[in-house]
Amino acid sequence: MQALVQQLIYGIQLGSLYALIALGYTMVYGVLRLINFAHGDVYMVGAYVGFYACTKWLPFKDLTTNPSAGTANFAFAILALLLAMVLCAVLGTVIERFAYRPLRNGLQQADAHFWGIIAALPVALRFGPLLSPLGGGLFIVLAVTFGFALRPVMTWLRRRIVLSTSRLNALITAIGVSLLLENGGLLVFGADQKFIGNVVPETNWNLVGIQISSGQFTIFCISLVLMAGLRYIVLYTRRGKAMRAISHDIEAAKLMGIDTDRVISFTFALGAALAGAGGMMVATLTHVKVSPLFGLLPGLKAFVAAVLGGAGNIPGAVLGGLVMGIAEAFVAGSAYSTYKDAIAFCILILVLLVRPAGLLGKNVAEKV
Amino acid sequence: MARWALTRLAGISATLAILYFISVFVGPRMQEYVLNVVILCGIYVVLAVSLNLINGITGQFSIGHAGFFAVGAYTGAAWSVLWLPRIIDLPFLKLGTFVGDATNLLIALVLGALAAGIAGFVVGLPSLRLRGDYLAIVTLGFGEVIRVLLLNTEAVGGARGMSGIPALVGSFHMELFWVLLLVMLVILVSRNLMRSVRGLTFLAVREDEIAADAMGVNTTKVKVTAFVIGSMFAGAAGVLYAHFFTGISPDAFDMNSSIIITTMVVLGGTGSITGSVVAAILLTALPEFLRFLKDYRMVIFSMTLIIMMLTRPQGIFGHREFSLRGLFRRKERRREGSAPV
Repeated sequence: MQALVQQLIYGIQLGSLYALIALGYTMVYGVLRLINFAHGDVYMVGAYVGFYACTKWLPFKDLTTNPSAGTANFAFAILALLLAMVLCAVLGTVIERFAYRPLRNGLQQADAHFWGIIAALPVALRFGPLLSPLGGGLFIVLAVTFGFALRPVMTWLRRRIVLSTSRLNALITAIGVSLLLENGGLLVFGADQKFIGNVVPETNWNLVGIQISSGQFTIFCISLVLMAGLRYIVLYTRRGKAMRAISHDIEAAKLMGIDTDRVISFTFALGAALAGAGGMMVATLTHVKVSPLFGLLPGLKAFVAAVLGGAGNIPGAVLGGLVMGIAEAFVAGSAYSTYKDAIAFCILILVLLVRPAGLLGKNVAEKV
Repeated sequence: MARWALTRLAGISATLAILYFISVFVGPRMQEYVLNVVILCGIYVVLAVSLNLINGITGQFSIGHAGFFAVGAYTGAAWSVLWLPRIIDLPFLKLGTFVGDATNLLIALVLGALAAGIAGFVVGLPSLRLRGDYLAIVTLGFGEVIRVLLLNTEAVGGARGMSGIPALVGSFHMELFWVLLLVMLVILVSRNLMRSVRGLTFLAVREDEIAADAMGVNTTKVKVTAFVIGSMFAGAAGVLYAHFFTGISPDAFDMNSSIIITTMVVLGGTGSITGSVVAAILLTALPEFLRFLKDYRMVIFSMTLIIMMLTRPQGIFGHREFSLRGLFRRKERRREGSAPV
């Protein structure tokens, strides 16, 4: 019995993380009907931001030498969390702006500058690192030159491209972005696994024989706070209302004067911030080693969680995440622990056979 | 015998003879590395064209093709490694002879295709209820479940995979023969299907499932058939893969390879057989050509993918097919000075 409750607690912690990531998937799916495969990699980036914030950027104190630094470190950890959220939100917006928006609206002239920056990067890196005067200067000059050189190309392309409404295209683009983040991560962060030691003091509480670590508790609480915040934004702000309108009917929302592109950007930023927070918490609080492929499997499972709850449905994502996390924890604690990566999909297949629109999804009748 | 049967028989024999000569005379003259890449290209062409049957022609959304590939590869390998030694005393099954190797490989191909076909039937069934992205994620999940099952089955080597599979594809320099044969077969089946009346029902399901249903098309049957045929070819490709590289492990059939196969179909132009072939060759060969870029290789690869999707959303070929007749027709039209339609 105690072992079961112990696994349940681990499951809830895991589930709240899956729920955090799943929220991003489900929101993007809600507004765009797009499976944002790159979302798991945003989670990975969040973990890396956490790593760099804790080891390089912020003045964390070593807990082994001065045990009294706990409170200060905790404040810094919150700062690192906010940093991870902000940087991931920016990343999410950039991904949306330069990979998914051209898919919907066609390439704009401004896109030329983004690709100019991308093209300038490897050339400048050949001459020196970006922070050196030669490399940096060259980078700026090249980025501007390439950008302006590409502008006519974009205009020309814009006239030629027949926009496709196929969902497969969006999916492949998302896969491309995901591969880019993973392999870019390999280049930028290195292939070695990164490990953050203890940055905040840890205690294990013992409740009638059941161990709860402070890390687990913190993850659960912060997730809860973030979800409550999200719920507030979606239900009680104008932006949230616009998001709901778009997920209901994007064309009608446009006609009602909603700047859909801005709201979609905002949706990506929100989702990415949640994923970044999740990644940062996992990296700092659960002592998991961070590597560039770190987001792949959690991302996939979180997506499964989103579909399980009903894609596009926000409470559904939380429910799906919790179901997934608890199921995985139970399987991991049983004799069949090697099957823990398969359980997610087995549950999904079984649920979808009974309820094709997910647990909380509405089965909309198709109009002809 | 009817005359058409004779001509057809002659045609098939001639094709087989040509394939045999290509295999025996061209194969050994290639560098081993180049031959490996060519064989891999061929196997991926089969995978892409068979997935195109499901995704492109029937309009379903399957992204778990590596699962069927794995089922075929493991069934074929199991036949050759685990079951074959027990019935070795049959004279025509003796390994090391031309007939024995060919017969064994054929049996493995049939078994692998059947096993994958059954798997395809099982996955095709939920497609009755699920649409679009939901179906996609179920197929993806199926691929992962297969991989985890293989990973945990000690009888087929678990995480180590199976090794010591007899190199039946490569014996007697027949590797090009088998691969080209399967490539031709899958292309012919797809093409003939698309031109047949039965194939039109597949296209109808792609264009509008509800309308097709209303017109009396048995959409359920069409979708399951597409899944079964597509996965059978993937299974056969898996058998060739196992018997060419002589070793397989669950890692070779992970989500990434499923995604790469889907990418080939979309990049080539969903629904275009020619597109699938070209994109499969391109995406298999491109990482090999980019090897000189070292760490930047996969970054460039993913960038190419994104840029392709943004600048040519319909894929390389769109819905079009390559045909000699079309080529001539276009030339004539140009000569006449009228605008191409």
